[in-house]
Parts: sequence; C-alpha cells; structure tokens
Amino acid sequence: MEQLSAKALRDRIAAGETSSVEATEAILSRIEDVDPALGAYISTHREMAMERAADVDRRVKAGEPVGELAGVPVAVKDNMCTTFGATTCASAILKDFHSPYNATVVEKLLAADAVIVGKTNMDEFAMGSSTENSALRRTVNPWDGARVPGGSSGGSAAAVASRLCYAALGSDTGGSIRQPASFCGVVGLKPTYGRVSRFGLVAYGSSLDQIGPITRSVADAALMMNVIAGRDAADSTSVDETIAPVCDYLEKLAIPVEGLKIGVVSEFNAGADEPVREALGEAIGVYEGLGAEVVEIGMPRLDYAIAAYYVIATAEASSNLARYDGVHYGHRSERARDYVKVYTKSRAEALGKEVKRRIMLGTYALSSGYYDAYYLKALKVRNLIRGDFTEAFRKCDCIMMPVAPTTAFGIGEKVDDPLTMYLSDIYTIAANLAGVPAISIPCGFDGNRLPIGLQIISPAFTEDRLLAIARMFERQTDWHKAEPTVSGGH
Amino acid sequence: MGGPVEHKVIVGLEIHVQLCTRSKMFCGCAVEFGAEPNSRVCPVCLGMPGVLPVMNRQAFEYAVLAALALNCEIARFTKWDRKGYYYPDLPKNYQISQYDMPLSANGFIEIPVGGGGTKRIRIIRAHLEEDAGKNVHSTGGFSQVDLNRTGTPLLEIVTEPDINSGAEAKALAVELQRIVRYLGVSEGDMQKGHMRFEPNINLIVTRDGTEYRTPIVEIKNLNSFRALERGIDYEEQRQLDEFLETGQVMESGNKTTRGWDDERQMTVLQREKEEAHDYRYFPEPDLVPVELAEGRLNEIASRLCELPISRQVRYVKEFGLSEYDAGVLTGERATAEFFDRAVESGGEAKRVCNLLTQTGLKIANERGCGIGDLGFSPKGVAELAAMVEAGDVSATASAQILEAMVETGKEPRVLAEELSLLQKSDAGELEAVVEQVLAENRQAVEDVTAGGKKSKKAMGFLLGQVMQKTRGQANPKVVSQILAAKLGGG
Repeated sequence: MEQLSAKALRDRIAAGETSSVEATEAILSRIEDVDPALGAYISTHREMAMERAADVDRRVKAGEPVGELAGVPVAVKDNMCTTFGATTCASAILKDFHSPYNATVVEKLLAADAVIVGKTNMDEFAMGSSTENSALRRTVNPWDGARVPGGSSGGSAAAVASRLCYAALGSDTGGSIRQPASFCGVVGLKPTYGRVSRFGLVAYGSSLDQIGPITRSVADAALMMNVIAGRDAADSTSVDETIAPVCDYLEKLAIPVEGLKIGVVSEFNAGADEPVREALGEAIGVYEGLGAEVVEIGMPRLDYAIAAYYVIATAEASSNLARYDGVHYGHRSERARDYVKVYTKSRAEALGKEVKRRIMLGTYALSSGYYDAYYLKALKVRNLIRGDFTEAFRKCDCIMMPVAPTTAFGIGEKVDDPLTMYLSDIYTIAANLAGVPAISIPCGFDGNRLPIGLQIISPAFTEDRLLAIARMFERQTDWHKAEPTVSGGH
Repeated sequence: MGGPVEHKVIVGLEIHVQLCTRSKMFCGCAVEFGAEPNSRVCPVCLGMPGVLPVMNRQAFEYAVLAALALNCEIARFTKWDRKGYYYPDLPKNYQISQYDMPLSANGFIEIPVGGGGTKRIRIIRAHLEEDAGKNVHSTGGFSQVDLNRTGTPLLEIVTEPDINSGAEAKALAVELQRIVRYLGVSEGDMQKGHMRFEPNINLIVTRDGTEYRTPIVEIKNLNSFRALERGIDYEEQRQLDEFLETGQVMESGNKTTRGWDDERQMTVLQREKEEAHDYRYFPEPDLVPVELAEGRLNEIASRLCELPISRQVRYVKEFGLSEYDAGVLTGERATAEFFDRAVESGGEAKRVCNLLTQTGLKIANERGCGIGDLGFSPKGVAELAAMVEAGDVSATASAQILEAMVETGKEPRVLAEELSLLQKSDAGELEAVVEQVLAENRQAVEDVTAGGKKSKKAMGFLLGQVMQKTRGQANPKVVSQILAAKLGGG
C-alpha cells in the first residue's frame, strides 16, 4: 500500500476501498521499524494520527464529504508550528517549546483531512544544507546511510523517499526543499514567494522563506499545492488572489506545454560534477524529444547570488532569532544572575555553532557603518538577479539547471568547511532571491546510485505550468519510481 | 572671562502619543489600560515563533490625520523597519517602527505664547511604531514583565529644537493634547501614559561676545505637563551652573541621559556618555510597504476640523472673549462645536460663553460627560442667552434655568415661567408698584431728594422694597430707571 501515490490513496480511502486506519498504521509501524536508523522524524504522534484516521474512516462510512487529503499520512517539517507536540526547529533552545497555535499550512492540512503522523528533522532553524546541523537527531540518506539527506528539509525528503509518509511539507530559503529532494530522489517544489502562507513557519530569512511540498510524484506535489496555496490574511506578504489567482494544479497538470522553450545557462552549469551535467543534458534531451526548443540565455549576475544570499538571509536571521532569549519561552540558562546574562548564557548554551555563525554574520552586515557596504549592496544585487530572470523569461518559458553541483555527500565531509557547504546552494539560491517558483524532480543517478535532481524554474505564480512541464518529463521516465532499499534495525 | 553672561535654552521634543484604536498595531488584541497583567496578549504580540504582523489600518489613518493636523507632508509611499535592541519588555527584541521613510515629515504646530499670540514650532517627522510592554520591578530581587501594552500603536513626533522654555514645551504639550483629542485619534490621557515626552535640552551661553553650547541632556519618559515644564526649567539652571563651573561644552559623544525625580523635583543622571546606539535598522520583511492613494488621503483629510488654537484666536478676536474663556471653550472639540452652534443659532457670544463655562461645563464635569450629553441643545442655550440679553431673566436665574433644562429637558422660556423666574420689565406695570412704595416710605424719599450721604442708601432701600413687592420678578434695571426718573438724579 505504501507504493500508492497520495492521490491514489486518498481516492481509495474516500471510496471506502481501503481505510485510513490501515494506511496510517502501516506508515507508523514502518516508521518504528525504519526510522531509528534513518532519523527522519523528530517526533511522531501515533495517538492523534490514529484518532484522526479513524474519524476519516467513520465519515467515509457515514457518507459525509471528506477533504482532498482525506486519511493520507503526511509529515511536517519541525519549523512549522503545531499545537500538538513540540515545535523544535531542531534546536536545543526550542527543544521543549509547545506552540499555542497552528501554522496556517497545518490548519490547511487538517482541514483537508490529512493525517499528520509526525514532524521531521532539519538543520537547526533551517540553517544548513545537510541536516547535520540538527541539535536533536541525525538523519541519513535513504540511498546510502553514510551520506547526508541534504538540507535543511532533510527529514521530510528522507521520510518521503523511504515511504515513511505519503507527502511532506518542507521550507525553502535557499534551496532547502529542492536540494534534499534531489539528494533523496523525490519531488520538491518551492512555490513563488507569497503563494503559500508563512504564518506559523518559524522564520529564518523572512523575505526568502517559502513552504512547499516534498512528494513522490509531480501529481502529488500538485495535490499538496491545491491544499496549501492561497492568500492568508495573517501573512501580509502572501499575495492577493485577485492579482495572482490560485488554480486547480492537479487539473492543469495534464495539459502539456506546447512549443516549450527551455532556457539554459551553459556557462553556469559547467560548475556541476560530470554525472550531474550528464543527467541534466539527458533530461533536456527528453524534452527536445517532446518538441521543446532549447535557448541559451545569459544570466550574468548569478555568480553573485550566493554572496547576496548569505548577507540577506543572515541579516534577517540575526533579527528573527533575537527573540530566543530565554526570557519568555525556550531554554533559559540556570546560571544567569541578571537579565543580560539570561540573554547571553541562554543563547550561548542552546544555539548551535552554525546558527551562531549566521547570527554573527547578519549582525555584522546590519551594523552601522557596514549596512551600505553589505546589506544595501546585497539588496541591489538581488534586484539585478530579479532583472536577470525577467529578462530570461522573455526568451523562454522555463530555465533548467542542476539542483546541486554534486549528489549527496558524505556525513561529516563538509561540516568543518562552511564555505564549501554554502557553495552547494549555488543553483538553488537565485530562485529564492528572485522569488520565483522552482522544482526539483528525479532525473537520474550517479555511479554510486545516488539520485540526481533536475531543477526547473519558471516565472512568478506559474506553478501550474511549472508542474505541467515537470509532469511532461515524469511521464516519459521512470526515475521517480526508483526506490531506496531501506531496511529496519532487524 | 567674568564678563556678563546671557543664556538661551534650546529644546527639541520627542513625543509618543498613544492612538486610541480598539486593537493593537499589528494584532487583534484589545488595547486596554489596567487589565490584569498579560491578559491582553496573543502569539503575535508575544513574539512567539512563526508569527507575522498585520498592520492596523485604523492606526495608520489616525496617524495620517494627526500628521495632517500638524501640517506635515504625507508620504504616499511609506515602509516599516525593525529597530533592534534587547530588553525584556520587548518580546521580539526588535520594535517595528519607521526609519528612513516615515509616513509624514516637515510640519509645524502653532502654540499659544500669551497675549493672544502664537509661536510656530517646526516638526521634523511623525511616524508610527509599536509600544513595548512594561517591566515591573518587585522588591524581591526580581522583575516581572507585563505585555498588555506591547504592540499598542504609538505616533512618535519629533520637533526641531525651536522651544525656548519649559513653559513653551508645556504649551506645546497641552496644544498637542487638544489636537489629538479634537481629531479623536487619542484620548490623550496623561494618567494612562497616552502622552510621553522626551526633551533634548541644552543652552547657548553668551559670554564676552562668544557663544558656547552646553552638552545635550535628554530627559527620559516624562508623563505629565508639570514634569515636562519643571524638568526643562531645572535643566536650564543646572546646565548654566555646570557651565559656569566647568566650562564644559557640547562635543560628539557627551550627550547624557537623565531621569526626572518627581519627589525631589530634580533630574538625575541615568546614562553618561551615551555611545551612539546601534539599532541595526533594516526594512521589516514581514510587512508590505503602504501606498496611500490620493482618494484615501483626501478622505482622511476630510475628517480634519478647525484646530483649537485657531478657534481660540478667533473667539478672542471675533467675539471679544477673554483668552481664558476662549481656552476653556476650545479645550474640547465637542464644547467648541456646541458653542459655535449656539452662536450660529443667534445666541450672543459672551452670554453663551458664560452659560457654558459657568454652569454647563460644571455640570458636565460633575457627571463626567460632554456638554452635548446634558440634554439641552445649542438652540436652547441660544434662546436662554437671548432671554438674558433682553432682560427677561437675570443672569442668576439663567444659571438656575440651565440646570433645570438638564433635569427636565424643557425649553428655557417654559422653565422660566414654571419657576417664576421671568423678570417684569413692563414700565407701566412697575410704575404702579413704585408709586405705592414711594407713598409708603416718605422718609426714604426725603433722604433721596435731600441728596448727600444717605441718598444712595435710601435709593437702594426703595429698590429693595419694589423687588420685595414683586417677589423678585421686577427687572432691577427698569425699576432703577423709574425710581431715578421720579425722584430726579439718583
């Protein structure tokens, strides 16, 4: 049954052909078997999940209407607030933090009758590209236990790839959905900034953060988008639907894009490893076989994306994370004797090394005397990159490039070299800076049978076309059907 | 050295005015004074992880209205910024404020300076921001935090250093209070901390033809008119003494912060050598900039009214009222508007003024309501004034009638009759009574006609007799005229 798509499972449950209790129980026991070694989840919520599953089954039996994700076991990254369990952000400072409210996306999942089985591991406060920065758990790559699952939504990607849920939510500030999706061989969509409400997403880089689905297929990503997309009055930066209406992404999926023009930045792509470049070339070849045309485009400012990103994201983070001070909630040092020491000791004790590094970087970038040279300049670069995209989309419908320069790297391989780690975000960051949607879909394997992702980027608020383009490839290939051999501890 | 010394005090004010919106600046919590600590809070104003602010439109419109009344230029495009600093009463450890693009700038306020004159104080800017909570320092060696006030909308007004005395600062404060109350944008209740002042004070000292500027002192958080005036007066003397003693002049970095000790009526040093605070301002990514459309601005501007100071000047010039009376009448917009309508209905201005200031406002104050809530109309007051003017009732009786109007809601003429307060002014009718009194009091008549010392006293006696016979309903003016005519002279 784990082989079903979320959509198929939902339809069978809604039709009374199978029960949510059965599906949820299967997922939960699989988690119990597999997850001690995999480490995808920070917390699971068996009792609540089983109750909700039983409720969906009861309503189906009673002939009552059920939601778009009725009875489907899903997972949520642990930086989205839930009133059940803790919302830890994989940080010691929020280890025991219980949110008094649900994030808007969580409310939407619940309203669609999804069964949330657990909350997934991540890099602390979503800062990282390997999930190694989690203060609470280690997650390994389902395809190779000695490698990282990518990050920061590594737990969600590993859970989906290992069939420990049917779909999951991740968040993407600089590639945190797409890169782990690529490393784990699943589909990951970062929607347009403003398409999905951020209310209840614990902020890292507020102007870049966006929630999106991680799924086993493009169709399931579309299904998840149907549930989570849309304007939220609680998020001023979510976009007015009179300007950019949401649509039925599933319905639009079946419509292939005629006369597709694919933009490629050859020079930029040259920096990726050989197997990644090869897989990209072959993927584009598949599209050409479908009648697509490839256009070479210039995006001269992409080289500055990483620099701009690490200034903007860390600046915002330094402010966003100021609230974790031990005063109102979260870890408070027992050694503090005055309020300044409550701040300094609580933060020193309970924030991880990478989080501290980014807070320091961001604080520096915003300091008087440095603001213009760093933050302001980064904003200008960001505008230029936006301009590059606008320019590019005059010539093509979408841009294709690698998701990451490499496949999944070894655990511990880059932890002591933050700059190299930062460079692994080179292909994903630009879409966040420009606010445009981007998807990672499985497009091959390297020599070590590690998955490779194809990144497709499209203009703002064209998720429907982006998903349709991704679906064109999926229909022609079997990469998304490949499964890691995940075994339990016995 | 040692020559004649002159000095001038230079004051600029930073004023925080609490706007009287029902809910807070960025969340739906009620703004309420005196509620149980931490009972008017929600995840947003508590700065919980994942929350996002949503701008209160009412607060924005109130701020624009106030800024218009302060003759400011209104920005058609304005944005929000984060001001970072750590303090336990600030749960996010940043305050949402406006930095480089305030909603208004370059205005002025006219303040009364005695003799019917006004002085113009320039306003640098007025912007919106959220208030912090309150730290309550207990005696047990710990502090408690009450966050009910957190997120309350504040209008921050910054003046140029155009103020030259404590009295002027106080006049500005009083004037501003009247303005915000007139516009209905703030209750301006000092007891509830609705207006808080932070003057920046120094002196220009002239000695032997050379000008010296003393170091700037900022007095923190003054919340009464008296403290504001006295604090500045105290600083004026203290800085002069200090200069004469030390010769210390203003230089960069020697600004200090002092607090006002109300018990000892003096300022006390709080922070020496205030290092330039680095608030690390940057644009608030969670809020969208505000664009104010022409139509909306015009709509807000249509809510402006004649301001108290110009009304006050008009009352003195046009109606010949005393400055004191004009001040009382313009103290509240409702009173001034009631007065204007009574005058428009034909009431003689001075008589209307007397009725309102001596009786109407007294009753209103006793009942804790406005003049318009007492049950009499401007037209009724105009009519009563006309009756006094015509001599139909005495000034004393008119007060009694006005009181009765409050009790009964009846017309003044009806009440005058019911209470037998109408004066007899019919000369024919009164002449008969006078004749009778003269016939009965020969001695007094003789005293009058004899002239000399006793004449005046006898005249008063005769008048008294007439009044007695008419049970006080005779118009004493008319009786005096008849007596004088009959006895010659007077």
